Amino acid sequence: MSANQFKSPVVRWIDHRLPVFSMLHHTAHDYPTPKNLNYMWNFGSLAGLSLAIMIVTGIVLAMSYTAHVDYAFDSVERIMRDVNHGWMIRYIHMNTASFFFIVVYLHMFRGLYYGSYKAPRELLWMLGVVIFLLMMATAFMGYVLPWGQMSFWGATVITNLFSAIPYVGESIVTLLWGGFSVDNATLNRFFSLHYLMPFIIAGVVVLHIVALHRFGSNNPIGIDTKGPQDTISFHPYYTIKDVFGIAIFLLLLAMAVFFFPNAMGHPDNYIPANAMQTPAHIVPEWYFLPFYAILRAVPDKLGGVLLMFGAIAVLFILPWLDRSPVRSARFRPLFRIFFWLFFVNAIALGYLGGKPAEGIYVILSRVATAWYFLHFLAILPLLSMFETTKPLPKSISEPVLGSSGRSA
Amino acid sequence: MLKRLFVALFAMTLAGPAMAAGGDVELQKRDWSFSGPFGTFDKAAMQRGFQAYREVCAGCHGMKLIAFRNFSDLGYNSDEIKAIAAEYEVQDGPNDDGEMFMRPGIAADRIPSPYANDNAARASNNGALPPDLSLIAKARGNGPDYLFSLLAGYKDAPEGTTVPEGMYYNAAYPGHLIAMPQPLYGEDVTYLGDADNSVEGISSDLVQFLMWAAEPKMEVRKRIGVAAVFFLGIFVVVSYMAKRRVWADVH
Amino acid sequence: MANSDKNKNPAKGDVQEPGRRDFIVVATYAMAGLGAAAVAWPLIDQLNPAADTLALANIEVDISKIAVGQSITVKWRGKPVFIRHRTADEIARANATNLDDLRDPQIDTARAEKPEYLVLVGVCTHLGCVPLGQKTGEVRGDYDGWFCPCHGSHYDTSGRIRKGPAPTNLEVPPYSFLSDSVVRIG
Repeated sequence: MSANQFKSPVVRWIDHRLPVFSMLHHTAHDYPTPKNLNYMWNFGSLAGLSLAIMIVTGIVLAMSYTAHVDYAFDSVERIMRDVNHGWMIRYIHMNTASFFFIVVYLHMFRGLYYGSYKAPRELLWMLGVVIFLLMMATAFMGYVLPWGQMSFWGATVITNLFSAIPYVGESIVTLLWGGFSVDNATLNRFFSLHYLMPFIIAGVVVLHIVALHRFGSNNPIGIDTKGPQDTISFHPYYTIKDVFGIAIFLLLLAMAVFFFPNAMGHPDNYIPANAMQTPAHIVPEWYFLPFYAILRAVPDKLGGVLLMFGAIAVLFILPWLDRSPVRSARFRPLFRIFFWLFFVNAIALGYLGGKPAEGIYVILSRVATAWYFLHFLAILPLLSMFETTKPLPKSISEPVLGSSGRSA
Repeated sequence: MLKRLFVALFAMTLAGPAMAAGGDVELQKRDWSFSGPFGTFDKAAMQRGFQAYREVCAGCHGMKLIAFRNFSDLGYNSDEIKAIAAEYEVQDGPNDDGEMFMRPGIAADRIPSPYANDNAARASNNGALPPDLSLIAKARGNGPDYLFSLLAGYKDAPEGTTVPEGMYYNAAYPGHLIAMPQPLYGEDVTYLGDADNSVEGISSDLVQFLMWAAEPKMEVRKRIGVAAVFFLGIFVVVSYMAKRRVWADVH
Repeated sequence: MANSDKNKNPAKGDVQEPGRRDFIVVATYAMAGLGAAAVAWPLIDQLNPAADTLALANIEVDISKIAVGQSITVKWRGKPVFIRHRTADEIARANATNLDDLRDPQIDTARAEKPEYLVLVGVCTHLGCVPLGQKTGEVRGDYDGWFCPCHGSHYDTSGRIRKGPAPTNLEVPPYSFLSDSVVRIG
């Protein structure tokens, strides 16, 4: 893309010296994109929008928030009551956090279904898992800031996970707390890190996009684009499609923010933190529930913690567990069945994570946890060896089935 | 694929908050004026609720997040608010001699709490802490229905349940044994006019007042919400048409 | 939302860009811009003073206990406000001053609603120091009003600048007497 294609002489002058316009033009305009992407490909831009909303509202909230155990709760209530439009900004921040996870989970399931993690997009996928991990850390620390009962006890329980590490566990937890329990030092460092991490996420998002643009988007058929007949320019086609997706996203978000702002929260977090009294049921925010279920499924403390982190670690090596050269589940009849089983299993884990750890729930949690790991560690490797895949089309623009059936 | 995902997603979002309710408590579902996307507070009921709070609850329960100036939401004008505030004694200071002193409240003050701190509150209540009521309607699952059921839920304990000394049986309280003595017996408050001052009537007024206290911006929130949803609804339609238009030539 | 900016890129007029000038497409991007602008307002407005700050933007002060010749200092909007119960002599001197001698000419009756009570923002108009002269025994300057120790501005018994670097008289805040004994500032 040469600079002289821009009409405005000012733009041309700048671009010659600092090619930001060429870069923008390249990434958004003439970046060739498969023309057959379905609406499941909207969740990337929605995740980016969510991050932007979180950062903007978060910066604004930080202007009125006080990170001190004696003032945090009241400063949040002051935002809700006295700061101009503060209630709206906080409710947007709260609910967009949930929507961010919804969008990212759908984005991940899309990748799993269409094999977007496969060569040559392994690093793209792994960067995505890094973003997911950073998001979880950020969300966890953000939930601590209002200093309600769930904030305090969530922080206590989650930081205590590290005490399961042999020999050094206790020291690590003391280090994390900056004291002998979750207290003012903990709140202050969590606020500092909660403010920092979104910018780290944004940095990894840039890498994620750089990796994406190396080989372009995967697509529902999962075969590589063969030429210009298979692609369209990102703008205006996918910009307008993304705008439509954003419109739906914002409509749903507005309904949550303005009519059910606390539906995804927990009432106990409107009770100020009390180190002397634990709430009857401690549950993490809904987006952690599947992992919480895995944690509780194991009767051993260290085992539970390892398995919970393992549930995310296994995503990192996913590209090497599923060796099938066919990407899209459309051409993998068995994989498709197992994908949906995995999906249902993940929802079940989320449901079980919100239930008390007793009776049938414990047994079901163990079954679901076993299935989660079985899917990645046994089913996917076996499928890639023994599954008979359907014949692949020759190209995106020629969906007539070819005879060869195999092309990566 | 898409449809199935959304159904599952919806189930997932519901799974989260579902565990708020628990136990074998009896909740009485009521139609509140503030329910629904167009719901508003009942100002007259809130004023009565404040009166009931002051005469019945305020001896033990504070509402420290509420300032007198907030009572303009209840329909009081600034002179009435000033008069209400002046009926309270508020601690101020230190003065030039370094002493704290009491003075009549002003509109900017918050409602003074009955106890100096939690320990003093516990000491006066057999070790039980009467919670601050500022956020109580949001700090309990199904807040309004729960509070109403709790206030109207004092009953004789069923056969076989022993109620320890200093505890009371309540049908709506989780575990049924509550440290708060029955606060309302009917006609506890003398309302101006002929408003219902039965247990149900006063409870209902209190819930109006407490729900407002917990969520004072609810009315403006819903008003903006209706406008936002209307705007975004149109935006969805228009952007979908634009998407169709732009994509018309892609085969 | 950021995507809508790309629409402003210069048109290339190639076949790949149908509908660029199409009404419905323009309407979509216009609505996106309108929505973004509507959201921007709350984010800006939250910078304005909050309700609890505004609630203290005006205060009521009991002035019945100020003896003649005494002053009190109260805090108003984070600044000191001087309320002086002036003596008859101070009032007379303030009125007798020739306006031509003043840097910032203003008659005394324009500065005090009731001549016996002078209400001033106690911030020197030079660079914001608090002038001396409130407490008995403090330096009150050459004109027996207030004296700013930072750069030597002298104010008279009406709080008007008479000598020194300050450009204008001490500011009179908006106030009104709610009764003979209560003044409302703000």
